[in-house]
Amino acid sequence: MPDPLTPVMSAHWDADRAWTLRAYERAGGYDALPKALRMQPGAVIDLVKESGLRGRGGAGFPTGMKWGFIPQDNPKPKYLVVNADESEPGTCKDIPLMLANPHALVEGVIIGSYAIGANTAFIYVRGEVLHVVRRLQHAVEEAYQAGHLGKNIKGSGYDLDIIVHAGAGAYICGEETALLDSLEGRRGQPRLRPPFPAVAGLYACPTVVNNVESIASVPYIVSRGVDWFESMGTEKSKGVTLYSLSGHVTNPGQYEAPLGITLAELLDLAGGVRAGHRLKFWTPGGSSTPLLTAEHLDVPLDYEGVAEAGSMLGTKALQIFDETTCVVRAVLRWTEFYKHESCGKCTPCREGTWWLVQTLQRLENGEGSEADLDLLLDLCDNIVGRSFCALGDGAAAPITSSIEFFRQEYLDHLSNGGCPFDPELSTLFAAAGASA
Amino acid sequence: MTEPVADAEQSDQAHLSKQTHTELRELAARYPQSRSALLPMLHLVQSAQGYVTTEGIEVCADVLGLTAAEVASVATFYTMYKRRPVGDYHVGVCTNTLCAIMGGDAIFDRLKDHLDVGNDETTPDGKVTLEHVECNAACDYAPVVMVNWEFFDNQTPESAVELVEALRSGTQVRATRGARVCTWREAERVLAGFPDGRANEGPAAGPASLAGLKLARERGWEAPNGNGVPTRRPRTAVEAAEQADTHRAESETKVDESDAETKGGPDA
Repeated sequence: MPDPLTPVMSAHWDADRAWTLRAYERAGGYDALPKALRMQPGAVIDLVKESGLRGRGGAGFPTGMKWGFIPQDNPKPKYLVVNADESEPGTCKDIPLMLANPHALVEGVIIGSYAIGANTAFIYVRGEVLHVVRRLQHAVEEAYQAGHLGKNIKGSGYDLDIIVHAGAGAYICGEETALLDSLEGRRGQPRLRPPFPAVAGLYACPTVVNNVESIASVPYIVSRGVDWFESMGTEKSKGVTLYSLSGHVTNPGQYEAPLGITLAELLDLAGGVRAGHRLKFWTPGGSSTPLLTAEHLDVPLDYEGVAEAGSMLGTKALQIFDETTCVVRAVLRWTEFYKHESCGKCTPCREGTWWLVQTLQRLENGEGSEADLDLLLDLCDNIVGRSFCALGDGAAAPITSSIEFFRQEYLDHLSNGGCPFDPELSTLFAAAGASA
Repeated sequence: MTEPVADAEQSDQAHLSKQTHTELRELAARYPQSRSALLPMLHLVQSAQGYVTTEGIEVCADVLGLTAAEVASVATFYTMYKRRPVGDYHVGVCTNTLCAIMGGDAIFDRLKDHLDVGNDETTPDGKVTLEHVECNAACDYAPVVMVNWEFFDNQTPESAVELVEALRSGTQVRATRGARVCTWREAERVLAGFPDGRANEGPAAGPASLAGLKLARERGWEAPNGNGVPTRRPRTAVEAAEQADTHRAESETKVDESDAETKGGPDA
């Protein structure tokens, strides 16, 4: 059995100037690259397939399989695009990873690009994280200087350029086809699939889009091996991953652990729910994953376990809310977010999120009636599965799950003539004041 | 997202310089297909003129062989592109659910009140533009305030007021996890793809980013390695000392503009 916490990607984040090439190399970095370059590209794909690595950006699709979908007989250029547009509410793992360990991403990009036969790769990073953009630019520059990028890398005859590309503020660009449209200099709106990006992605060429953490996992798998990776995690969810705890927890932060740890175990490691309070609800993987409650504390946090509990592992963004939090306020705020970020391309999402906000606002203000709950569920029913992309499904997730678990709290707003909660009590400074 | 293109052009707005024209073409040449450079180019226009001007749209269109309408349709889609002049410091308060509940709403209210501006408005002295922003991927440091897209972690209404006052008075301010705060226009230049040499400022990680690692170290937990032996870490006092020495030697040989100081908030 591996230890409860198994830092791999985060293992040297406390090292001096951890973001530099020197620090990364001292931690064993760039050992995987020559090893990969000595292998046939197809063998690298097989290795990643065998490791069982699945996408860490939310959907959990097997990374190696995605690489294997690239048609190698297609004469067009191939592209690897890293989705570094981390914007899912609650999700905060890729940003610290890129701040402290950008070279793991860069090395992963080189290995992945080599495997799929790409000579140009892009890191599409959201624009609202200036220092992360700096660290990425710096790491890519260092990698060029060291001969890890450019022409004839390490004498292998393989060429690769990496372009760091900053977005401009649009949650929808985290959706992979919207990201590709954005990277082509257009409005970031999702594309109809098929064709999938593997066949017709960037510039209608075969393209792999992978999450930051997925790609940053690759060098460790290549250098330490499939057996090592498989020695952590559960049967169908292999390996190690970053769990992010935030909200009403004593020690919020990043906890790198084998897949399958439970929230009960993680809370125990993080000092529990903040002192004097108890868990009310939480998200397993960002706001687009249905809410769970204290009855789900022992659910294994792997792809299968969370799905069985009726939610999704998503980005492993565990947002913890205690009993001071009004669930209607929380859900309304997320819904306002989805409404703002809806790209406007499809009607169910564009119009539906608008209606959801209005209806929820009525309820939060203690206006409206119990029938509004049915209206909300009916609206969700018309959005889920009928929208162009997953943003619509995500918008419905907190609503349907909160009505399932907290119906009475919605009704209390009506009988109370407004929100019965004091928002002051939920704040970080309220907690600080209480303990001072 | 699709507000009409406001004509906020100011008569004293200087034209885009020859150098900016050159740099816009340089960006277009960096990509396999030039249109991919449009987002960086619009960042560069903001850097040069303080917002996306009509002239900027026309020049981008000209460089890329697009119509001005095509460029404008992109510029109006993305939240970071502004059609009115932005202040020297863009102060973004996260009011998405988690930060809002942890105090972001209270911070935003206090700043609106203190600065006497509404959302997406600039103080009359042109120093601060206040905006509520969506999740900025720093939830483990909630509530979070961004200044020119640098992280200011674990804020309170009081610390946020101190922060904006320091910005307005011209005091050098450092991000909690980032560099010395530059102006919004300077930040936009980095986002366009022109590094400013500040990558080595600030820490690698904040305390929350290290929470799990710290605990693992305390308890002697680590990932297995490929050979069934513990992964690389100093196992003895001698090894640890050697590593520490190398660290020190290395940091002494490099000029660190940040003075290795990384506290959030105004400089003392």
